[in-house]
Amino acid sequence: MSVLSRLLRSPEGAIGLALLSLLALMAIFAGVIFPDDPLSIVGPALVQPFTDASLPFGTDRLGRDVLAELVHGTRASLAVGIAAAVVALVIGSLVGTLAGFAGGLVDEALMRVVDAFQIVPSFLLALAFVSVAGASLPVVVLAIALGAWTAPARLARAEVLSIRERDYVAAARVIGMHPLEIALREVLPNALGPVLALSSVIVASSVLIEAALSFLGLSDPNIVTWGSMIAEGRNVLRSAPFLSIFPGIALMLTVLGVYLFSEGLAEALAKRRARA
Amino acid sequence: MSKTFARLSGLTVGYDADGQTGAALEAVDLEIVPGERLAIIGESGSGKSTLALTLAGLLPDNARVTGHIAWPAYGEAPLAGRDYGFVFQDAGASLNPVLSVGEQIAEVAQRHLGMGWHEAYGRARHLLERVRIPQPDAALHTYPHQLSGGQRQRVCIASAIAARPKLLIADEPTSALDMVVQAEIVALLEELVREDGMTLLFVTHDIALASGFADRIAVFRAGRLVEAGPTAEVLSRPRDAYTASLIASHIDLATPPLVAEDAA
Amino acid sequence: MLLIVIAGTFFLLEAAPGDAVDAYLLSIGGGDPALVQSLRESYGLDQSVFARLWLYVTALFRLDLGWSVVFGRPILDVILERLPNTLWLMGSAVALSFGLGSALGIVSGARPGSATDRALSIGSLALYAVPSFWLGLVFSVVFAVQLRWFPTSGIETIASGKEGFARALDIAWHLVLPVAALGFIYLALFLRMMRAGMAEAWRQDFALAARAKGLRRHRIVVRHIARNALLPLVTMLGLQAATMLGGSVVIESVFAIPGFGRLAQEAVAGRDAPLLTGIIVVSAVLVILVNLAVDIAYGLLDPRVGAAEVPT
Ligand SMILES: Nc1ncnc2c1ncn2[C@@H]1O[C@H](COP(=O)(O)OP(=O)(O)OP(=O)(O)O)[C@@H](O)[C@H]1O
Ligand SMILES: [Mg+2]
Repeated sequence: MSVLSRLLRSPEGAIGLALLSLLALMAIFAGVIFPDDPLSIVGPALVQPFTDASLPFGTDRLGRDVLAELVHGTRASLAVGIAAAVVALVIGSLVGTLAGFAGGLVDEALMRVVDAFQIVPSFLLALAFVSVAGASLPVVVLAIALGAWTAPARLARAEVLSIRERDYVAAARVIGMHPLEIALREVLPNALGPVLALSSVIVASSVLIEAALSFLGLSDPNIVTWGSMIAEGRNVLRSAPFLSIFPGIALMLTVLGVYLFSEGLAEALAKRRARA
Repeated sequence: MSKTFARLSGLTVGYDADGQTGAALEAVDLEIVPGERLAIIGESGSGKSTLALTLAGLLPDNARVTGHIAWPAYGEAPLAGRDYGFVFQDAGASLNPVLSVGEQIAEVAQRHLGMGWHEAYGRARHLLERVRIPQPDAALHTYPHQLSGGQRQRVCIASAIAARPKLLIADEPTSALDMVVQAEIVALLEELVREDGMTLLFVTHDIALASGFADRIAVFRAGRLVEAGPTAEVLSRPRDAYTASLIASHIDLATPPLVAEDAA
Repeated sequence: MLLIVIAGTFFLLEAAPGDAVDAYLLSIGGGDPALVQSLRESYGLDQSVFARLWLYVTALFRLDLGWSVVFGRPILDVILERLPNTLWLMGSAVALSFGLGSALGIVSGARPGSATDRALSIGSLALYAVPSFWLGLVFSVVFAVQLRWFPTSGIETIASGKEGFARALDIAWHLVLPVAALGFIYLALFLRMMRAGMAEAWRQDFALAARAKGLRRHRIVVRHIARNALLPLVTMLGLQAATMLGGSVVIESVFAIPGFGRLAQEAVAGRDAPLLTGIIVVSAVLVILVNLAVDIAYGLLDPRVGAAEVPT
């Protein structure tokens, strides 16, 4: 049985996949559903939700369509979350593989760097980085990746250490492959599995960190993000709490989707392995 | 004391795994006599552990049991720990790594003998002495990882007999140990059983080991009871060809393996 | 054992500030010239990066973190003034999440697959997915604005003139909502870990052995199963220390608590680089201290930990 059909049979996997697909579709087709700039003013300010059919989720303080903002916000959240995870995984696996394979002083030095990064709160690091480099999407991605690459690095290193003594690596060494070539062509692909398993956790936490950063005003002011919507709604929290609550629910569903999906996937993969 | 300690009739046990049920024990009829030392013999997978766990009521959730076990010795279903003690094969894994040796023995006495903790620790100390752990006072406060394999098994035995049960079930208690320690543990079990007048159910795949001290032997193969009888009788006049092959392969190593294949 | 912990920690201490400063100076290199200027001014130097780093590190050993541009005061003073508020917030949140999380985890893991277990599992997953600052906002809308049970912001009633116990009570009152917001997120984490750890412990031989002893269910669950499942949780506490400190930055902003995190935000807003550097250094030291405490606690909880097994 394929992994996908196994995934769909577990309730976690099915719900997670459904949530993520919906969000991905929203992110991809945001421009089609709401072609206008979501930051443009479309109606009176602070229209309550579910009162106007053309503005189902109401409007914010400036009369912007909340639903359009929410849909466009999916883009920023998913893009940053996935991009940061990819960057963190790439850096982490490279550093970890290198450390594990090189051993000795290189390993020692690299792992001290990893240690140092791990004792600095990653959110503070991201905060500092964004405040220095300026708030733009690539900077935010990098800032988040900066705090997230250590876990994959450790994992990759541990994996490499356990793999590198196995037969096929020894065989590669015998036929005279360069150590680095062995590292990249033989060891890295084998160490990738467990490292990828970490990715969902990183995506989820990246989405949350991005939200927190933009909540504190550290995001590109020209892009709608859920975090900035929550911050914006905060100004009228007493009269229009929905402005902060909707994007928060969107965030929660996104992160929940990622967790459920990864839990379902892990279960499906475990079952497949048990069969094999 | 009645003439029968426990009686198994038509006992069948299967495990559900991946939708199928395979029988681990099939229609087993067996009697346990009070005060006897009964050895359960069979190759790996023959259902020995399943039998021991069934008697102890410790089968996993996926086990399906039919048939009947009567306990004339107790009159009612016996209670684990109080009415019987259980010794597992892997003493290292069956001791809790984060609890002290003393606590793991004392908790049984505290639970079943109505003792306070202080008294229970006193009993634990006494038991450590009985299973010949050196310096029992200090040993009370050690942790399993600080002991040798043989010592761990001694601790497990101490906790199994802590509440003075009438029955001791030991599932291959010596298989994980080396030969010398193995002999010591068997001797210890024999001694404890004799002194306390316990009934012993000793599971092993080693017929030579069993023949050394068992009163009776029950031979299992593929979930079925092949034969059961007094040790001397079974050894000298095995009624079943499988038993004969087991004896042959142990007592006379020169016996050609062809005998076993013919029997099968 | 202690020696290795001390040596490891000392090494980390050594590596950490250097690294934080290094990363910081590096990122400044490509950044805003005004910031570079302000940095130079605050250090009073036009020397190489390494020379400045050296100066910073040596000053650090004299507990001198430099001068804050925004506050016009020594950075250490500013930080020390704010730190207690954050420590109270974090300490209470940790206590709440660890205590309640592991307790609920025990309830959940006592009978895996039961209705209670499923409900707690789903609830904790949802809670885990919630951003803490948003939870804080929701709490403040419901409990502070609507129900008026708790104050919306601040660490104590301003100019109340309260002293001693009354003041402590007042502060505790102000901390309820932020602690709940921060703590609930991690509660979910600890609950899930405890549950997973207990499921793992149930599969071990010693769980079967405990049943074979005829012990009461309650004793098996608490003494045998939960006791083992607690160990990875303690490790997790150390790993999460840094994340929690980061989380308190946002929570302090939501509830306007004049703490360490709020200070970080003010440093960012005021482009006060030395202050931000100082904050990062101090937070790294905090994380190391927490980890040291966790290592000690682990050593007490796990009798197997010997000199060879202590994680550095
Ligand atoms: N929990 C279980 N789930 C499924 N099948 C099981 C389980 N436990 C045992 N079995 C199966 O039941 C049969 C009998 O197993 P049992 O453990 O009783 O054998 P045994 O005689 O004790 O073997 P060994 O000498 O290896 O300990 C085996 O085929 C085994 O695969
Ligand atoms: Mg067995």
